[in-house]
Amino acid sequence: MTKVTLAKALNMGLRKAMETDPKVLIMGEDVGKLGGVFRITDGLQKDFGEDRVIDSPLAESGILGTAVGLAMRGFRPVCEIQFDGFVYPAYDQIVSQVAKLHFRTQGAIKMPMVIRIPFGGGIGAVEHHSESPEAQFAHTPGLKVVSCSNPVDGYWMIQQAIAHDDPVVFLEPKRQYHADKADLDEEATPPPLFSSKVLRTGSDATLLGYGPMVKTLMKAAEAAAGEGRSLEVIDLRTLSPLDMGPVFESVRKTGRAVVAHEAHTNLGMGAEIAARITEQCFYSLQAPVLRVGGFDTPYPPARIEEEYLPDLDRVLDAVDRTMGF
Amino acid sequence: MTEYLVPRAEGDVQYVQLLTPEGYRVEHPDYAFDGGEDEAGTIRGFYRDMVLTRRIDTESTALQRHGELGIWAQLLGQEAAQIGSGRALRPQDYVFPTYREHGVAYCRGLDPLRLLGLFRGVDQGAWDPHVNNFANYTIVIGAQTLHATGYAMGVQRDGAVGTGDADRDTAVVAYFGDGASSQGDVNESFIFAASYNAPVVFFCQNNQWAISEPIERQSRIPLYQRARGFGFPGVRVDGNDVLAVHAVTQAALQYAREGNGPTLVEAYTYRMGAHTTTDDPTRYRLTDEVEYWKLRDPIARVKVYLTRNGLADHDFFEDVEREAEELGARLRDGCRALPDPSPLSIFDQVYAEQTPELEAQRDEFAAYLDSFEGAH
Repeated sequence: MTKVTLAKALNMGLRKAMETDPKVLIMGEDVGKLGGVFRITDGLQKDFGEDRVIDSPLAESGILGTAVGLAMRGFRPVCEIQFDGFVYPAYDQIVSQVAKLHFRTQGAIKMPMVIRIPFGGGIGAVEHHSESPEAQFAHTPGLKVVSCSNPVDGYWMIQQAIAHDDPVVFLEPKRQYHADKADLDEEATPPPLFSSKVLRTGSDATLLGYGPMVKTLMKAAEAAAGEGRSLEVIDLRTLSPLDMGPVFESVRKTGRAVVAHEAHTNLGMGAEIAARITEQCFYSLQAPVLRVGGFDTPYPPARIEEEYLPDLDRVLDAVDRTMGF
Repeated sequence: MTEYLVPRAEGDVQYVQLLTPEGYRVEHPDYAFDGGEDEAGTIRGFYRDMVLTRRIDTESTALQRHGELGIWAQLLGQEAAQIGSGRALRPQDYVFPTYREHGVAYCRGLDPLRLLGLFRGVDQGAWDPHVNNFANYTIVIGAQTLHATGYAMGVQRDGAVGTGDADRDTAVVAYFGDGASSQGDVNESFIFAASYNAPVVFFCQNNQWAISEPIERQSRIPLYQRARGFGFPGVRVDGNDVLAVHAVTQAALQYAREGNGPTLVEAYTYRMGAHTTTDDPTRYRLTDEVEYWKLRDPIARVKVYLTRNGLADHDFFEDVEREAEELGARLRDGCRALPDPSPLSIFDQVYAEQTPELEAQRDEFAAYLDSFEGAH
């Protein structure tokens, strides 16, 4: 049992994956000598060499496009996009090639690729460094999209994503990289990659989130408990496919749901989740499913990002509103 | 304003040429045609390949006119560029085509009927690329050049370059056109290939037109000269001269296989037909230009050469013609017989590992289809 941060856990997970399968490659900007701007790939080039930990030219489409060719040759590329807002130059390769090649070839070729993206805000960064583009990828058939919220999940989920035969967009909450340490048992058996998880049980309402929002939801549930309100918290973990089973079960019990994310509310993951809950749990609902999200503006300048990001108070405000129905 | 423009249909274009439009062999200081022990046989083979490739094209165009194909991307006029380069490949080499490489597909042994599936709309061009080392057609312009470069980087990691083993050393070819040369992906692929010294040949068929946009809209300098800025060799070849294309491509492939890195080959040719069967080139280009290029036909010059030198007789040409007829008939019948896919088949092809939610959607749709009277 070791105490590790999310950054360290991801680094350990990547190392394990590279040891397990010689076909695993890491590619991206500054991932080699520097170890990535967040140090997630720290030390890997030194131990696995420049052929397996590839410092790429500064061209995101180039990274993803060459990763397609490497995958066709039998490799399993793990591509790092340095920041969420820099993924768009690679968007065409991701959406039109990575996501569609299995379909186009009726399964003749697979795209076992992981696209790691540090995402979300709260680090006081300049523009394009704090975005949450998950819905754009979850909306794309052919991709799978997951997000880890804590070090233990980070360690296991990155390995599971690399071992998976479909392309996985792997969203890492950059605000959590160095925030908290958790006990990591490397001998444990992890839950399946594409599964959501109940983190806290409760009876009055269900809080749903993923990635950076999970910590906020847990704090909100803790605060609500002090006021005599019992909230259930579910870490969705997988955004495409969604694992709605535990969500439906929870909402049928509580009758109320609040879904939160940093991404823009309009057409965000919350909209899809609310629709599915409404379709499947209509007669159990005591109130409409409420969404708490980033506003439908571009991500704001850093000095006001704490107002923009959903926080404990905005989550609890939504809980109050749902209880008011 | 126009001083810098590249001459298109003028006589001062500099390129490697080994067989003139009039069918005369000429020498070049750097490149010579290697036709093997039976050179005449090899050239007769090229002639046959080009005639059959043209037949695939004209037959498919006709099938589109008869409503059997939704669309067809014509290669008329580019037969030498495709056969010359395609016949320079070794079995282990790997091709990343655009959507117009019907002649290269033919060289790789891919049944042309597989191409028709894409254009008929019964699949998306679903051949297994590893069977013929011929990747799937890529419609997004230039995207495949990065795939080729990545594949070549994989070849390097597999130690299949620069070993001196002729059956192992592998080159990768990225086909693209003059229009694609403006794409970011093409320029990024040049950078990645140069940076990693990847064994890839960038084979640009400059057919002068990107739908309605002339080459002048894409480049102020001859395209092959761009390679210099990326730090690797570039060469322009008469793309309607199958011998020169073969010689230049063979040299570039060998250069890559030996571990020397990428080359840009610009095959200077002309799109005699439309961009696709939905295009109308009379709206944007002059008949004079087409007439000029007709005199540079890639097949006619080989026929003249073979005939004048007594390297092929009447029977040979008759046989090729008969073979083309048979191919045409097979394509007509085969195309009409291509079955429509089941609407339910799409759900199972999205992922290597099916998701429960997509499976549920499939089942719902199946139940919906079954709900119609007489569904079974």
